[in-house]
Amino acid sequence: MTHYLLAVHGPAEMGEFGNYGSKEAMEEAFAATDAFNDRLRAAGHWVFAGGLAPASTATVVDGQGETPVLTDGPYLETKEVLGGFWVIDAPDLDVALQLAAEGSKACRGRVEVRPFDGLG
Amino acid sequence: MKDATAAVERVFREEYGRLIAALTRRFGDLDIAEEAAAEALVTALEKWPQSGVPANPGGWLTTTAGNRAIDRIRREKQRDAKHQAALMNADHTPHEPTGPVEDDRLRLLFTCCHPALAPEARVALTLRLLGGLTMPEIAQAFLVPETTMAQRITRAKKKIAAANVPYRVPTAADLPERLGGVLTVLFLVFNEGYLATGDGDPVRAELTAEAIRLTRILRRLLSGEPEVTGLLALLLLTEARREARVRHGQLVPLDEQDRAGWNRALIDEGHDLVRECLAINQPGRYQILAAINAVHTDARTAADTDWSQVVALYDQLTRLDPSPIVALNRAVAVAELDGPEVALALVDRLPLTGYHAWHATRAELLRRLGRSGEAKHAYDAAITATQNTAERAYLTRKRGELV
Repeated sequence: MTHYLLAVHGPAEMGEFGNYGSKEAMEEAFAATDAFNDRLRAAGHWVFAGGLAPASTATVVDGQGETPVLTDGPYLETKEVLGGFWVIDAPDLDVALQLAAEGSKACRGRVEVRPFDGLG
Repeated sequence: MKDATAAVERVFREEYGRLIAALTRRFGDLDIAEEAAAEALVTALEKWPQSGVPANPGGWLTTTAGNRAIDRIRREKQRDAKHQAALMNADHTPHEPTGPVEDDRLRLLFTCCHPALAPEARVALTLRLLGGLTMPEIAQAFLVPETTMAQRITRAKKKIAAANVPYRVPTAADLPERLGGVLTVLFLVFNEGYLATGDGDPVRAELTAEAIRLTRILRRLLSGEPEVTGLLALLLLTEARREARVRHGQLVPLDEQDRAGWNRALIDEGHDLVRECLAINQPGRYQILAAINAVHTDARTAADTDWSQVVALYDQLTRLDPSPIVALNRAVAVAELDGPEVALALVDRLPLTGYHAWHATRAELLRRLGRSGEAKHAYDAAITATQNTAERAYLTRKRGELV
């Protein structure tokens, strides 16, 4: 079994309904994502998942010096940021890609599939 | 001694794909498989020139490489778990030319052509792991520096290992989609051999042969898939004309080829396969291309070609694949049926100004219409756009014949 990160990328600037065009679209996506999460748990793939608050709420900490340096905002200024993610357990990449396709459809976003290094 | 070494290398190349496939199944790791295969080659180079080539060289190489792999894993203590797993998987069945061994190669082919890998990496991996081509040979075939090709292959192998790309033939549900990628790779390998890029040989027979060999294996294992049969027919009917296609380093176009120089056995086999596809009646891209080649190879002379049949097949292909390349090839057939003027009007509409065959087709049609000045310009553009030495030589001659 391999652990995979399924990362959902979306626009850095959020609208009134997050990444979604309308309240209905947002609620539909949330419901579909909840249902997908339930399927992940039932099939034993679930490790951890979560949606992230907007990138503007991020703080970057550099603790390499004597005193930590704090910077307001995300590490990189980009148009697309990580909006949420799943960590799943799957027997191989084909299964992970299939689950990513379902997750992408549920949350209405593009999903990057990346294996954890080593024994993860 | 030199002959013996060459013989060992030839046997090794023939056996390379099945060797890597069997070792990958057993040890679940492409790097271990490649290292063990290389060690088995070194051992064979030491022993065979003295003792002679064993009766079953494939079996000898598989056993030797398997032992080397276990030695290596034993030496690396941290891989103890893999060692245990490998011993438990130990395969004591003798080496057979058919059966599960070929299943291994099919698994390896689907792994090399996995959609998670970049398209250029799929072709390179297939040539390396199944074809046994060396890194410099693959780099040369694709006109990239050796280091670039080595990085491309290393990165793809790392991805296979880290992302846990499965080593198996896809399930029935995934097969149609995944098979398409595999057929594309086999067709690309063949075409690179048939109209080679670069300043070297205009034809690379070892690449066309390799593509045919792999397609034959695929067909034996997936005989119910008519597109596999179609691709094999297409490759055989194209390969059948290879010898007649280049003369004195110049490309010889279809209508000028010596048809006595075509390989009858390959043509007969190709025609049988096309008939088999027609009986199944689930036409696809490769089956239609094979049928077009069957019409060409059916004609005793170029003038006997049934051009209305060729145009009808291109119409069918256009419905499946409305690409400008298909439209260009259709226009060539239309020129024979309705004349060069009609064809030129079709060709001029196509967005293919960067494609050598578009310029060459225009040049030919303009020449037939007596528009020499424009034809010369078109030949010049075609010569600049192609990298195949035989095609350049042919186009240069045709341009020289214009007054």
